[in-house]
Amino acid sequence: MSAPSPVGGALASTTVGYEPGPGDQRDDEDRVRQSALRMRRRRTVRLWLARGGVAVFVIGGWQLFTTWGLVDKFFYGQPSGIWDSLVQLFAHGTAFGSIWEDIRVTMTEAIYGFVVGTIAGVIAGLALGQNRFLADVLGPYIKVVNAIPRIILGSIFIVAFGFGTFPKVLLAAVLVFFIVFFNAFQGVREVDPNLVANVRVLGASPFQVARHVTIPSALTWIIASLHTAFGFAIIGALVAEVLGAQHGVGLIISQAQGRFDPDTVFAGMAIMAVITLAAEYLITLLEHRVLAWRPPASSEPSGL
Amino acid sequence: MVVRPGGRTGAAEPRTGHSARIQISGLTKRFMTPSGEPFTALRDVSLTIEPGQFCAIVGPTGCGKSTTLGLVAGLDRPSAGSVQVAGAEVSGITKGISFMFQADALFPWKTVLGNVMTGPTLTGVSKRAAIESSRDWIRRVGLSGFEDRYPHQLSGGMRKRVAMAAALINEPEILLMDEPFGALDVQTKAIMQTELLGLWEQTRPSVLFITHDLDEAVALADRVLVMTSSPGSIKESFDIDLPRPRGSVQEIRYQPRFTELQHQIWSSLKDEVERAYARTAGAA
Ligand SMILES: Nc1ncnc2c1ncn2[C@@H]1O[C@H](COP(=O)(O)OP(=O)(O)OP(=O)(O)O)[C@@H](O)[C@H]1O
Ligand SMILES: [Mg+2]
Repeated sequence: MSAPSPVGGALASTTVGYEPGPGDQRDDEDRVRQSALRMRRRRTVRLWLARGGVAVFVIGGWQLFTTWGLVDKFFYGQPSGIWDSLVQLFAHGTAFGSIWEDIRVTMTEAIYGFVVGTIAGVIAGLALGQNRFLADVLGPYIKVVNAIPRIILGSIFIVAFGFGTFPKVLLAAVLVFFIVFFNAFQGVREVDPNLVANVRVLGASPFQVARHVTIPSALTWIIASLHTAFGFAIIGALVAEVLGAQHGVGLIISQAQGRFDPDTVFAGMAIMAVITLAAEYLITLLEHRVLAWRPPASSEPSGL
Repeated sequence: MVVRPGGRTGAAEPRTGHSARIQISGLTKRFMTPSGEPFTALRDVSLTIEPGQFCAIVGPTGCGKSTTLGLVAGLDRPSAGSVQVAGAEVSGITKGISFMFQADALFPWKTVLGNVMTGPTLTGVSKRAAIESSRDWIRRVGLSGFEDRYPHQLSGGMRKRVAMAAALINEPEILLMDEPFGALDVQTKAIMQTELLGLWEQTRPSVLFITHDLDEAVALADRVLVMTSSPGSIKESFDIDLPRPRGSVQEIRYQPRFTELQHQIWSSLKDEVERAYARTAGAA
């Protein structure tokens, strides 16, 4: 069967009394698909151009304003200066050695804190979420502790445990714990009672109820909290390092501050931002894997 | 062969499976309302379901049908009276029952296969045997090829079929069904009713089947109970003496005896429905 030309197909839709064959239909579909593809490609290009524009506008503006002296680069740094600092840090390291060593130290602290805080938060959240009485007893205290600006605990930890790794891990873990805990707790509370009844009727023990219903259901909440939690693990490690450390990106930042060197402060920030973005990406991968059963969200925040 | 309802003792009934008697006596259930007032949902319900009997319950909305089923399943405790299954008082979850809930109760994080497998897995069947019998049940409800789908990827009718397979796979002695086909279109509903009857005739569990559809009640059941408006109690019991096996439920509707029974039940139910409606309309 010879496929009609696109022109024939176009005519067919307007010619009265012409019965469109299956070939025409496929042809139409092809054209619709192709034009949709073209539209999408055009949209993507426009999107990335606009995004690039924003970056050029902000960074370029910053560079120009500091060059013209409208903004004092002594206080606010300068993009070209930040770039020079970055090159300097990676090429020659700091007074204490390679920058990679500092990144490794900060990341180790943040990751340990993240893991410890997450595990503790999940366990406490699941336990309290399932035990009404315990939750009612401890509820007010948890609220009080949550109201404390916990970042200040960093000072105490440094005084108590010295300049080593431990106080940094501890501060990161404390910050992570509360975020994960509240989400796990809420997740358990939001479990569909129908599903619990169903699994109980099927013969589940309390442990099996947790395994088959409570935990999978709370997992949605827990994993959602990990995005925020990782950011807080980094903050905890950095702040504790600023307060007192022998190694780490936080130390670089606090020393740069002492030297009135805003470019290096911003360079440290940029390094940690890149790392956090990478971690965020990994967590998103994990989320897609573990929560494959979820219906796709209608407003998936694409690329934000 | 005609199986008489009411289960005359000693009558030779074609029962290949096992089933249990349900005895409810003086059952009362009260709930605490948020305002602190006790609310009586069920008052002094007494009834006996013979082993292997298919019993339908109809009644106005809010009269306590789901509550009754929850008490038989052991999900809730009676405020007064007792529920006995196979001669033993219900305490904790009743053994040997399956429950098809009014609301969608599939596990959204499990595939079709995982959902159907949950029952056997929890009762300690080996994984391989559980997968095998799950595949068999998925085929019986006509969902072969959908084993790996998640519930959100299924239509409403397909989800109900998964729930039915998940309920029947444990070969229960007692099957509790709370408006199982309530939200289905007429054609799917008829197909599933016929399917259910076929499956029930194979293993013959005792069935408590809640519905608002009188045609459905008469077509499927040995006996139809009418409940009063809230607080619910048993108003009347109708024996459905239509011959079994009933075959296609769509055809049985045209028998004169069917229409006659349906009319009797409706005239009993009508007053209660009107009373329930007047009450809620008056309260609003
Ligand atoms: N946990 C509860 N707390 C308070 N009241 C309840 C509770 N569960 C049920 N009720 C009340 O008990 C009554 C019976 O509820 P039930 O769910 O058994 O009704 P139903 O007969 O199944 O109705 P429907 O046909 O609409 O499903 C209703 O008035 C309901 O408001
Ligand atoms: Mg109900």
